[in-house]
Amino acid sequence: MIEIIKILSIVAIPGFIVFVLGYGYIKKINVYDTFIEGAKEGLSTVTRIFPYMVAIFLAIGVFRTSGAMDVLVKLISPITNLLGIPAEILPLALMRPVSGIASTGILGELFKTHGPDSFIGRVASTMMGATETIFYTLSIYFGAVGIKKIRYTLWGALLADITGLLVAIVICQIVFGS
Amino acid sequence: MVNIVWLLMILLGFLAAALFGELEAASQAALDGAKYAVELCIGLLGIYALWLGLMKVAEKSGLVEAISRKMRRLMALLFPTVPSGHPAMGAMTMNIIANMLGLGNAATPLGIKAIHELQSINRDKETATHDMCMFLIINTSSVQLIPTTVIALRSAAGSLNPGEIIGTALIATTCSTLVGIVAAKIFRRYHP
Repeated sequence: MIEIIKILSIVAIPGFIVFVLGYGYIKKINVYDTFIEGAKEGLSTVTRIFPYMVAIFLAIGVFRTSGAMDVLVKLISPITNLLGIPAEILPLALMRPVSGIASTGILGELFKTHGPDSFIGRVASTMMGATETIFYTLSIYFGAVGIKKIRYTLWGALLADITGLLVAIVICQIVFGS
Repeated sequence: MVNIVWLLMILLGFLAAALFGELEAASQAALDGAKYAVELCIGLLGIYALWLGLMKVAEKSGLVEAISRKMRRLMALLFPTVPSGHPAMGAMTMNIIANMLGLGNAATPLGIKAIHELQSINRDKETATHDMCMFLIINTSSVQLIPTTVIALRSAAGSLNPGEIIGTALIATTCSTLVGIVAAKIFRRYHP
């Protein structure tokens, strides 16, 4: 099982690239020109997220170095220790449902501090890849059509989020070892 | 929400820095943060271009459309009150596929279109339908097959094997999405 996961991880990207380009070639589209056309959007996408990145790195940098983050983590760590969540992961787990860009910033910070290939780095990556922004998505989507009563949406979303967080920790312990 | 969290982080941060005598370090961190944002964005630039290029090929070749045809039966199971062939189904399928491929930027406009279509068959315009709840729970539970942003960030941060978390993330996200779907189905029963 673990071997399969590792192999899947290795072949996923080359497999995906070959499949998409091969499919395009069979369907007789100009894959090269089409690729260029899409790749042009890369610059505008990054330009759009850049100011958010500066804002988030500013806030996180200050919050962390000042010792304020340590105080917050200490306050809630008794509960999360019971669930086996490493303390270093807490800021990410807390921020993930609130803001995608902020949690991307925290992930970058964790990579800078612990390294992307550390256990913390791998758990954080798995968590980030397995969960989504909740509050932002709900407010944008429901806001767009004027829905005021969202019924059980938030509870269902949070339940899924917490499942993702916990499974991320357990599966990383099994696959990568702590 | 983000507005307040962001402001509090900076205000409380500098307050704590003053209390703990870390003001100098905190202001240095602020400047370093801005510099790191530039480095990170440059690292992301190439990888975003790569994925957006591939996405365009998948779109133009009809691959995206072919997948959405394959998913018709599953979609009917998830959203039983949406008439089959309704534009809401197509928009939701495309949104879920874009999410599966990890293209949040492509997914959001499709998702907004989908919720507009769902609203057109909603009788009470201020209350979410069961299908809307299901759609958003699936959306926020992340159905991403390859977490491209995370891989991009890992590679920008110098990881030796940026893609090694694809398998673990896939398992975690499958569990969270299944729990979300089951929860939505159960909640549905108790919310007439």
